[in-house]
Formats: sequence, structure tokens, C-alpha cells
Amino acid sequence: MRTEVIKFERQFAALQAQKQRQVWWYGGLFVLALLISAWIGDFSPAKIWHGLPRIHEYVLKTLPVLGWVTLWTDLTEWFWGLRKWLGLLLETVLIAYLSTLLGTVGALALAFDASTNLQRSGWGYGLTRRAMEFARTIPELVFALIFVFAFGLGPMAGVLAIAIHTMGGSGKLFAEAIENIDMKPVDGLRATGASWLQTLRFAVLPQVFPNFTSFTLWRFEINVRSASVLGFVGAGGIGQEFYTAIRMLYYEDISAMLLLLVATVMLIDIACERLRHRMIGQENMS
Amino acid sequence: MMLRLQNMDEPALALARQVAPAVFAPRLLQTLLRVLAWLAFLALTMYCLWLFEMSPLRFVNGLGTLLHIVAQMFPPTAGDMLATYLMSMLQTVGMAFIGTVFAAVLALPLGLLGAKNMLSNGLAHFLFRRSSDVLRGVDQLIWALIFVRAVGLGPLAGILAIIISDTGTLAKLYSEAIENIDKKPVEGVRSVGGGPLHAIRYGVLPQVLPVMLSNMLYTFESNTRSATILGIVGAGGIGFYLSDRVRTMNWEDASFILLLILLTVYLIDHLSGFIRSRLIRGQVAKQPV
Repeated sequence: MRTEVIKFERQFAALQAQKQRQVWWYGGLFVLALLISAWIGDFSPAKIWHGLPRIHEYVLKTLPVLGWVTLWTDLTEWFWGLRKWLGLLLETVLIAYLSTLLGTVGALALAFDASTNLQRSGWGYGLTRRAMEFARTIPELVFALIFVFAFGLGPMAGVLAIAIHTMGGSGKLFAEAIENIDMKPVDGLRATGASWLQTLRFAVLPQVFPNFTSFTLWRFEINVRSASVLGFVGAGGIGQEFYTAIRMLYYEDISAMLLLLVATVMLIDIACERLRHRMIGQENMS
Repeated sequence: MMLRLQNMDEPALALARQVAPAVFAPRLLQTLLRVLAWLAFLALTMYCLWLFEMSPLRFVNGLGTLLHIVAQMFPPTAGDMLATYLMSMLQTVGMAFIGTVFAAVLALPLGLLGAKNMLSNGLAHFLFRRSSDVLRGVDQLIWALIFVRAVGLGPLAGILAIIISDTGTLAKLYSEAIENIDKKPVEGVRSVGGGPLHAIRYGVLPQVLPVMLSNMLYTFESNTRSATILGIVGAGGIGFYLSDRVRTMNWEDASFILLLILLTVYLIDHLSGFIRSRLIRGQVAKQPV
């Protein structure tokens, strides 16, 4: 009895020591990584401390002076470019729409070949997987930067850039959804001699459609955000106007446009969420 | 009993027709709505194509130029800038790391206060949720540009941009994780006289920590990608060289930097996937049945 207690105590102490060693080891690695990052990123608490007042000052400058009596005139002065900005915001949203559409079509073209359970050939699988990885690893703004040279300044470069990125991102999610389907309908259709496309249409698509729609709506929300900075490299949308305002220090314009942008993004998020819930609800009912 | 139209005889059918005419009416309205929806979709798409002047001709011409550019990208070379490129790639990763760590810490209180089961006050809950939405709603690059103006060129502006936008993202993810916890441990801690902080430390954190760490790692991966473009507006990292090489049409160096980014992102993804799998495996083993 006593020996067992001693044995247990010993084992417990050993496990505790091991745990402690692990904490020190991983904690030490973490702190080391943090220190190296701080050194190479030229980052220190003192710098933040000096930066904070400047950020505060900057934020104060962007806020307009609003008086109770002259509220309306002050507001109209603050949002003097409302018509132009709303037009650019609409363009931004449309860029996001068209690029989501094109990107989703591209993702649909690749995703079935890139899923382990439906792939037609080994090299097709590898090729589509690599293509999608490439498309989602390179940031859309880099694509936009290069496409501006190829397709000229303007929204077209932006649409194509985000479309390519969407193809990679959505394609991966689509392929994962396809890999999780029930294979019995697929076997059934194959047994009747259906072609590959017919199998996709009647056995796979009905199972993955709700997931695909949900991913696509979510992607659209993301793309609206990405489209808002395309203008930084001359690829359309409200970004160009932002860039000018921030560069030229038109302080009040910055806050006005930021408010409009945040409102737009929120509205779209809420609308997409509603739509998504409605679709999922319908799916559960039928 | 199942009632099927094909099993009914003539008089029963006539009766059914009389009782429920809607079943037999052609679904005109539905068809009409569907056609209208498709037409609206087509019209919107065509309008976009027209608005953005995206003609097939322009596309083909652009593709030709693009192929020309891609041909000029080979072979990728670094010239005598290899050390500089590697260093600023490392800086990019460092910025992403520091930004993620700070954002993860700052998001903790926001996430706790934004969770419905932690803060029962509806108005406060709404305010915390919306404020994190505002942080998320603005793209990281816009924050970066603003911070470049406020604190000057360099990686500090980029790190601040990452911190700001990811505090919003992580706060939202944290709130969702906290709302999904089992509340029995919290009640247990409270019932033996623990204060709210005790409840958080011993009731909430043990449940959500693995989820939070996993979210942090995902954020770190995505930050490594997004930090590569912060340099376009002068907020530090490899993006500065990339945009400069593209703008001066130095395609060989540009493609070298692109390859460097691909390789780094690939490595970081695998490293973080490895850590995540270890963390989650440890957690599963520890969880009581």
C-alpha cells in the first residue's frame, strides 16, 4: 500500500516536472520569437507610447465641427461629396459582385476535379489543387498591381484580380464540401451509366448547393472589403478617392468616407446573413 | 394513408379539383418570378460588364500583354538584393506575429464583453459587437495608410494596422466561442463563492482557450498573407519592394519576390497547422467524456 502511494507520488511529481519543463520550453520559444519580431519589425513599447498622441491628434483632426444650431449645414459641408462617394461605393459593390460571380464560376470549374472522391485523374487533381493554392496565396492587390499593366487602369483589372483570388479561396472550400458528401447517390447514378457531368448535376450538386451558396455570400462580404482598396493601385472603386484624401490630408473627407464605407459593409453583412438564414431555414423544412 | 393523384379514380379527382383548385392551377406566378429573377441577374451582370468596359476584345488584348509580362518574369532573379529581400520577408512575418499577439490580447476583454452570456446588458452587448464590426469593416490597408500618415513610414504603421483590424476579427470569434460554452463550470465556480474574475479564469477560459489559440493561429496565417501587401502604402515589409519592382517593370525581381512570398506562406501554414494539431490533440485527450 505504502509503496504504491510512493510510486504514485513519484510518478505525479515526474509528470508535473515534465509539464513545467514544457511550459518553460514553449514559453521561452514564444518570447524569443516575439523579441526577434520586435527587433526586426523595429517595434518597441516606447515607439507606441510616442505614437499614441499623434494618432489621437490625427483622429481629432478628422472629426468635423458640428454645432447644434448649424447642424444641417455642418453635415452637408462634411458630406459635401456624398453624391460622388455614393457612386464610387456603388462601383465598389458592383466590382465585388462581378468578381464574386466570375470567381465562383471558376471555383465550380475546378472544385470537382480537386476533391479526392470525384477527381477524374491524378494529374488533374494535382493541377487544380496547385492552381487554387497559387490563386489564393498571392494577395488580390498584387494581382491587381500586375493586371493594371496588362488590362489598363480601371475596374476591369480589379474585377479580374479579386475573381482569381475568389477562385482559389472558394474552390478550396467547395472541394472540402464535396469531399464530405454522401457517395451513395453518386454510386447510384454511375450504375445507371450517367456521364460525369450528369452525376455532378443530379447526385452532387443537390447535396452541396446550400453550402456553396453560403460560402459564396460570405465571400461576397469579404470581396466588398477587398474592393474598397483596389483604387490604391488604380484598379477602380472608392479606394482611389480614399488614397487621395489620406495622402492630401483632407481630414474630414476621410472620416466621412470611412463612415459611408462601414455603413455599406454592415448593411451588406446584415443582408447576406438574412439571406443565408432564410436559405438554411428553407433547406431544413423541405 | 398516402393520398396520391395517380391512385385516385375519376370522381375522387373531380372532388379534389373542386376542394383544392390551387393544386391543379399552373404555377404561373412562381414561373414568372423565377424568370424575372433570372432576367434581373442577367441585366445586372451585363450592366457591370458595360460599366467596367469589359469587352472580350479588351480581355484578349490584356491576356496577350499578361503573357508577355509572365514570359519576362523568367528566370526569377534577386540580383544583388537577395539579403534585402530575405530580411524584409522576415520583417513581414515578424510584423504579422507581433500584430497577432497584441490583437489576441486586446481582443480578450472585447470578446468577453461582447458575449451574450457574459454581459446580460443588451445595449452594452450591442455596442461592443458593433465596435468590433467597425474595426473589421475597414480593410487593413486603409488602416495602414492612415497610420502611415499618423506615425510615419515604416513597419510600426503596419503593425498597428494589423492590431486594429484583427482585434475586431478576433473579438468576434472569441465572443462566438464564449457563447458556445457549457455554463455548468461557471455556475460551479460561482456557487462556491468565486467572483466574476474567478468564474472567467476557472470556468470560461479552460473551455475556450484551445478554440482561441486555434483562431489566433489562423489569424497569424492570414496576417502573413496580408502583411505582404502593407508595404504598398509604405507600412513595412516585402510589399514595398514588390510594388516598386512591378512599377518599374523589373519583372524578374518581382517574380522572385512572389516566389519568396509563396514559399514563406507555405512554410507558415504548415508550421501553424502542426502547432494546431498538437494543441487540439492535447485538448481532446484532456477533455472528460
